[in-house]
Amino acid sequence: MLTLECPYCGVKAEETELQAGGEAHLKRYGPGASDEEFEGYLFMRKNPKGVHFERWRHAYGCGKWFLAARCTATLEVFGTYPAQSTQPPVDLQAKIKAKRPNWEGYK
Amino acid sequence: MAMRRYSAFAIAKEAMSYHLGWERAWGSPAPKKKYDVIIVGAGGHGLATAYYLGKNYGITNVAIIEKGWLGGGNTGRNTTIIRSNYLQDPSAAIYEKARSLYETMSQDLNYNVMFSPRGLLMLGQTEHEVRGYKRTVYANNLQGVATEWISPAKVKELVPIINIDGPRYPVLGALYQARGGTARHDAVAWGYARACSGMGMDVIQQCEVTGVRTEGGKVVGVDTTKGAIDCDKLGMVVAGHASVLAEQAGFRLPIESLALQAMVSEPIKPCMDVVVMANTVHGYMSQSDKGEMVIGGGTDGFNNYTQRGSFHHIEETVRALIETFPMISRLKQLRQWGGIVDMTGDRSPILSKTPVEGIFVNCGWGTGGFKAIPGSGWAMAELMARGQSPLTEEFSMYRFREGKFIDESVAAGVAH
Repeated sequence: MLTLECPYCGVKAEETELQAGGEAHLKRYGPGASDEEFEGYLFMRKNPKGVHFERWRHAYGCGKWFLAARCTATLEVFGTYPAQSTQPPVDLQAKIKAKRPNWEGYK
Repeated sequence: MAMRRYSAFAIAKEAMSYHLGWERAWGSPAPKKKYDVIIVGAGGHGLATAYYLGKNYGITNVAIIEKGWLGGGNTGRNTTIIRSNYLQDPSAAIYEKARSLYETMSQDLNYNVMFSPRGLLMLGQTEHEVRGYKRTVYANNLQGVATEWISPAKVKELVPIINIDGPRYPVLGALYQARGGTARHDAVAWGYARACSGMGMDVIQQCEVTGVRTEGGKVVGVDTTKGAIDCDKLGMVVAGHASVLAEQAGFRLPIESLALQAMVSEPIKPCMDVVVMANTVHGYMSQSDKGEMVIGGGTDGFNNYTQRGSFHHIEETVRALIETFPMISRLKQLRQWGGIVDMTGDRSPILSKTPVEGIFVNCGWGTGGFKAIPGSGWAMAELMARGQSPLTEEFSMYRFREGKFIDESVAAGVAH
């Protein structure tokens, strides 16, 4: 069972307390964007077999959205961080790199 | 390798020599240097594609390469349900093509796939669902797909073990497809593999693609764990790993991979001879020929490549089904497993050309690929051989950019 620590209330929440929200750090496009950019924003989700950054909501806890770094091939959780981050924290990226030397890094 | 015909006569003849003369059903060749067509993925869809390339278009210099073992992915992990009661016209066309091909598959392949058109019900358990399914019935009648809306009394007659009175979700009727049903999933993969092998194609197992080679925007071959293999055309038919393979070829797909689980109970005496899907409460059930109740539910909510899902989804599925089928509450579950399904934004598949010339992709069947295997193979073979197919036209990977969705996510409920 997946357990994520909510960075706001500090509760180590298990899966039934949480709601998955899909890929994190989406770049939003609107009027004026090209068809390709808008398609990418709406449908082209990253789907890596390995390190993945996601949005989660502590739905049956404090109710807040947060972000998590997780491995989709092993279900290992690398860490969680506040939803206000525009990219994964540097120390978290370093931690992932140490555990997954072949990881290409956050793109 | 030449295919020896299976028949009652062949069994009688073999009985004379203690059944020692049976040959392997398909060969295990080493890869050749070059093929006209390489299909990546020896599951149902990949093998069916290869089969119809040979049968309909005479293209037999084909290799089907498989990372694991034949039919070991979602082909061997589904709940074997076959139906074609979809809302949208392009879906109904390809799923009904598949269902009709299932009718004669055992004869066509000379391999018993145990197709059992036992009838399939999708229960209406809320007013909204009733309205939605009636709409589907009307659409199906226009599409030439035989379905009907039946009353709760008729549901009870077809499924004596069902509790139609609720209390929370009473059965208000059902969408009934009399020629829907099940088939033996492993046999579908084995039958196609044997037929492909019989046409001189190479089914190469334990051979993982590690890279896709292109020259000037055109595919020239693949790198594998058994060496480099050249090809003129490449078909990617790998379900849950579609994104991984597409990335190797340098393009992206609108796909997310999720875990979907299923389970079977201990075998019990025959008690239900139809397939029942209860989409409001996320569960579907049928009884296998061995007597096991085959149960499936919904997907997990997050990206996952591990072929195992979360326990609470099983709990939800079983909890829901017990309300509708009280007699299963004491059943022990025998096995549980997961598969990785490839979900698209509109919950419809992708059968398409790609940005790389010579590469074709068949994926995105999500939670409902098994029922589509022969139709998908038929259409994909036409697409690869002729460059277009009326069945795949609407299923292009570019439909998301154009906003031309084939929206089955609402129409088909949870369980495809």
